[in-house]
Amino acid sequence: MQSNQPTVIEERKRHILIKDKNNRQAIECDHQSLSGAVSQRACVYCGARVVLNPITDAVHIVHGPIGCSSYTWDIRGSLSSGSEMFRNSFSTDLSETDIIFGGEKKLAAAIDEIVAAKSPKTVFVYSTCVVGIIGDDLQAVCSQAEKKHHIRVIPVQSSGFAGSKKDGYKAACDAIINLMDDAAHKITVKDNRAFNYLGDFNLAGEVWIVNNYFKEIGLRLLNAVSGDASISNLLKAQNASFNIVQCAGSSIYLANMMEEKFGISYKQVSFFGLDDTAESLRLAAALSGNSEVMQKAEDLIERKQKEIEPILKEYRSKCQGKKVAIYVGGGFKAISLIKQFNELGMQTVVVGTQTGRKEEYEVLREITDEGTVILDDANPSELEKFMKEKNADLLVGGVKERPLAYKMAMAFIDHNHERKHPLIGFEGAVNFAKEVDLTVNSPVWALARRYGYDE
Amino acid sequence: MNKKYVNLDTNPCKMCMPMGGSVAMKGIENSMILMHGSQGCSTYIRRHMATHYNEPIDIASTSLSENGTVYGGKQNLERGLSNVRRVYNPSVIGVLTTCLAETIGEDIKGIIDEYKTKNDVSNIDIIPINTPGYGASHFEGYFHTIKTIIKYYNPQKAPQNEKINIIVPQLSCEDIRAIKLVLESFHIEYILIPDISETLDSPYKSGYSKIPDGGTKADDIKQMSGAGATIEMSLLIDSAYSPGKYLEAEYGVPLYKCPIPIGLTGMECFLNILSEISSVPIAKQYKKERGRMIDAMIDSHKYNGEGKAAVFGDPETVYALTQLCLENGIEPLIVATGTKATNLCDLLPLENAMVLPDTDFETIHEYVKKLKPNILIGNSDGKILKEKENIPLIRIGFPVHDHIGAQRRLNVGYAGSLRLLDEITNTLLDIKHDGYRQRLYNQFFLKQGGA
Repeated sequence: MQSNQPTVIEERKRHILIKDKNNRQAIECDHQSLSGAVSQRACVYCGARVVLNPITDAVHIVHGPIGCSSYTWDIRGSLSSGSEMFRNSFSTDLSETDIIFGGEKKLAAAIDEIVAAKSPKTVFVYSTCVVGIIGDDLQAVCSQAEKKHHIRVIPVQSSGFAGSKKDGYKAACDAIINLMDDAAHKITVKDNRAFNYLGDFNLAGEVWIVNNYFKEIGLRLLNAVSGDASISNLLKAQNASFNIVQCAGSSIYLANMMEEKFGISYKQVSFFGLDDTAESLRLAAALSGNSEVMQKAEDLIERKQKEIEPILKEYRSKCQGKKVAIYVGGGFKAISLIKQFNELGMQTVVVGTQTGRKEEYEVLREITDEGTVILDDANPSELEKFMKEKNADLLVGGVKERPLAYKMAMAFIDHNHERKHPLIGFEGAVNFAKEVDLTVNSPVWALARRYGYDE
Repeated sequence: MNKKYVNLDTNPCKMCMPMGGSVAMKGIENSMILMHGSQGCSTYIRRHMATHYNEPIDIASTSLSENGTVYGGKQNLERGLSNVRRVYNPSVIGVLTTCLAETIGEDIKGIIDEYKTKNDVSNIDIIPINTPGYGASHFEGYFHTIKTIIKYYNPQKAPQNEKINIIVPQLSCEDIRAIKLVLESFHIEYILIPDISETLDSPYKSGYSKIPDGGTKADDIKQMSGAGATIEMSLLIDSAYSPGKYLEAEYGVPLYKCPIPIGLTGMECFLNILSEISSVPIAKQYKKERGRMIDAMIDSHKYNGEGKAAVFGDPETVYALTQLCLENGIEPLIVATGTKATNLCDLLPLENAMVLPDTDFETIHEYVKKLKPNILIGNSDGKILKEKENIPLIRIGFPVHDHIGAQRRLNVGYAGSLRLLDEITNTLLDIKHDGYRQRLYNQFFLKQGGA
């Protein structure tokens, strides 16, 4: 038991895979995190908040004690072209007496107050851990409030302990479907070019960037879900001819439900990286079945590629050969990142996700080089161990992983929801390359290695 | 009512008890935290602390799920303890509860006691700490955790010793380092708790260690009940949570209270206590520093006189900052905290200011619109006021996550107060100087039609 040597706990070993073409043993995933392992995951509530909160003109009430509301107040970079209501964090701020006597009355009164003050069209009410335990009937309180105020008041079943972050995505998707499912807004004749774009949260205006492509090639974006979404637009989502899904981890479930309920088929896309962006544009254009749209897509891709390839080539010359570790939320993002690093001539040596799915881990196994370490629900100790063993130069991750990378004198890319710069599409591919160059080639690393403090 | 809505907190100006508890635990040497609850609590707290301190913040969770919730979390807690020991090999584990663990009525002390009988844990202290998220705010959680740790290590009175206990509120790491230097200058042997000065602001080392160096030593904490006196740097903590009060009531350790040593009176109060306890006169060095501070205050007084401030954050910080404003002729228009802080209004009997304990940022925002301060002093959560009302924000307190370096900024002592004051004054100067030519041209030349 040496605290200075990074250790892997026995029960965690099944969640770690070393890519070996002769070994087809599957990785264990989709389990509850191991107690005491310092998982980097969050909770059900967090998942719901990520997916739902960007809906701009809804009131988002967190029914629970203050912490859940405090730590999620306006921390993400989702932008709005309209209302800023979503940037407020409303909490019923439950106290000890509420826990003992129940919080339903307080919640009902809170909804009354906020409806009187802000006249929202929709209120989402998120449940938290304690609410699930003390047995507040969220559904009943919300139904009553709907009748009283003649607006939508939608419960989000996101008690923190009741599953994982993924279940939170589902809870949010359930709430969104609940909202969308409104026959009054259904039209009979659909536009082939009208579609929804699921699983983009408009971080740093990313929805706007890809929508500029859609507009140029003649596609008609009805809704991005949930980046820059508004209630009135979401009600029209059912009229799309097709859906495309960016963040699969959070939104595949919604896509499936929309297919089931409204008969809208979907395809997965990824607008991260040059090649994936081009492929995704082609795919979206093809889904419209419109040859003019398809031709325009080709024109746009050709123009953008011409514009951007020389820039990326320049960055490639500065970054190639460096080794990369990836630790992100979902598998789809990890896959996309590996391709993006390949475009820069960089090799991925460690790749892990918090909540990747079995199919995604299989893809990761396919596209990585021999010896690559693949991790499910990793922790700081495992990241430290494998990044060290594989001599990674750079880590891509979230806010919690950043200081670990820096303490190991490793470059770092912020690929999280708090960033203030877009990483999507052609423009994002340039930003990404620029950030990689900026961090990998900084003068601080050599100095750190030379002057690091030793007792 | 101190909040705009009766049943809603809108944009919180406080955090939860486990957050305060985590910061306090991080100041204990070779320690790890195991948070008993759902996975999200530890993750959110780690994220919040990591952006402020820019240090790896490892906090384990027992990852309670539906099963654990229905049948009890004993198995999770036991497994969590074993795994934390295996990977981190700490000498202290603080087991902090959360809303969930408290609501399902987990007997963490009982589970830990049983765990101790089943495992060889003679070389490790496992401290149960009750921090229900709904119990109070991070401010109480912080002091309650310190008190619980002291209680744990002092089951009976320690042999009488000459040491002085110093209980500090949540300050910057640089502040703690500065306070230690002051103590040393009085030749005082001290036990400072919690000591985050190294643990949450560690130098870059060529080998990474999962648990950072530094922190208050368990052997020192064991002597606190026999210490010569306690200095508790907090006027705002309720006595029920006060570690100093506990040591006084239980073991008769004389208690001295002072505010955070920011500003002339705050620092003087601290120095006077140190001089009285140590029988060492206040050194010439401090009188000189004080003279320099007064000199600077005179230099800046007219600029500061135009300052109208909104001050917010945890009550202790807010109190000290308000005193600094008052000493310098900066008018505190709004003094606000999300914590209940029942004695804040008594301690700050300000006729022309809105003193708002137990409030939220929505309410602060309303008053900012109404009273129009020209400077905001508080934590990063005030960024919404800065953005919407276009008023500069001096970042101090916790969390500061949109600027770098809060953990190493000096705010205490004469030097720190002066650094902070200069930052405030220069911000006020910028307001006046930036664009004054255009402003006056527009106001007077254009209005009169020109020559």
